[in-house]
Amino acid sequence: MGTLENPVLRLVDRARRRSAWLYHFNAGACNGCDIELVACLTPRYDVEQLGIRLEGSPRHADILCVTGPVTRTTREALVIIHAQIPDPKVVVAIGSCPATCNVFAGSPMVAGPVDQVIPVDVYIAGCPPRPHAIIQGIAQAIELLVAKKEIDP
Amino acid sequence: MNLLRALFALLVFPGLVYALPMGWLMLGSERRVVARLQGRVGPPLSQAFYDFVKLLAKWPVARTRLDGLLFTFLPLLALGSSLGALALLPVLAPTGNSSGDLILFVGLMEMAPLCAILAGFASRSIYGEVGATREAILGISSNVPFLAALLALAYASGSLELARIVLLSPWAVRAPALLAILCCLPVKLRINPFSVANAEQEILAGPLTEFSGPRLALWELAHAMEWVTLSGLVAVLLVPLHRLSQPVGALAFILASFALVPLLATLAAATARLKLAQATRFLWRWAALAAAIAFATAMASRFWRA
Repeated sequence: MGTLENPVLRLVDRARRRSAWLYHFNAGACNGCDIELVACLTPRYDVEQLGIRLEGSPRHADILCVTGPVTRTTREALVIIHAQIPDPKVVVAIGSCPATCNVFAGSPMVAGPVDQVIPVDVYIAGCPPRPHAIIQGIAQAIELLVAKKEIDP
Repeated sequence: MNLLRALFALLVFPGLVYALPMGWLMLGSERRVVARLQGRVGPPLSQAFYDFVKLLAKWPVARTRLDGLLFTFLPLLALGSSLGALALLPVLAPTGNSSGDLILFVGLMEMAPLCAILAGFASRSIYGEVGATREAILGISSNVPFLAALLALAYASGSLELARIVLLSPWAVRAPALLAILCCLPVKLRINPFSVANAEQEILAGPLTEFSGPRLALWELAHAMEWVTLSGLVAVLLVPLHRLSQPVGALAFILASFALVPLLATLAAATARLKLAQATRFLWRWAALAAAIAFATAMASRFWRA
């Protein structure tokens, strides 16, 4: 599937590239990465000009942004919310915590890094990452979103 | 002949062929004007179109059969009835004998909010239910002045035909009626001071929280149609289209409809969300006052003429 010669498919690819809606899930972050993600929407960085929008409902989203290490209480919620996002979808792990648990590693409250719970497509490093880095990571995620043609089971 | 004209109105102008690009343009430019006023660049004007295509191309979430039917049927009904209301506006045949009739127009116009309320309750999500409740309360509050203004116009012109209302209602009635309709416009379009029903950061997306993919795309389209229809209603009442030739009249209609978008966007960018009680209080106090003035002048003008 997906020869780019078909004009309809080309239009769909173009639309996916220009209209990525994010859902932000705080799995137990210290709020540092959350602030940096919201900073991307401010006049200085203005990601809305790329068609990116922060959505309140996972049902509307294309990209799941996870911040923080997965705690024992958010583990199940993360699985449910990941399942609620319609395909095609991409998961972005923002900051060091979702990748490695960072300073929270070894805590009895922490269930582990995000990729032990749901598959992660893009990691953005930093504690917290700068808005530039987040925008770059989201741009990579959008390219992955366009490339994803098949349904993830 | 009449059927042909009705089909033309529904499918070409001011119906589908005009309304689709216009609706997307209105949504896109509203977001862009808001962004500019906030010191941002904002999305391209075609953003709403790309959003629509993207949502259409998403895989639908599996639902039980009844839920699936309901979730597809409600936005389709909202979309179709908004489009039907738009087709009734006397744009191209403003000299009378059009079949556009006020009661049908109001019925079709009110279908979309009703569908949104039903959709909110049908989704059984807590956010959907709260959003639907708010939508219902706001709907009642905004419809009293809205319908009173339309009734005042009908009473002043002595007819329930939209074309005759536009042609005959005197300006002493029309000005306060337009004021009341303009007060209700941001409520019906759910934009900022009155974005109570779809309050993001508060109840996610209100009634549409559980909708996804193609079904959400249909809702976005229905919302765009509401923009085109309501601004078209104001344009028809504001611009004396019957004095212009048909192509010029059509152009004036399009320009007047579109001119409302920056005004509404400025309002949306300049204000914060009201609480439900504050919003209803505003409507019952000020919009209802304008509608009451319209009604009083309508009665006075009928009395003078008799």
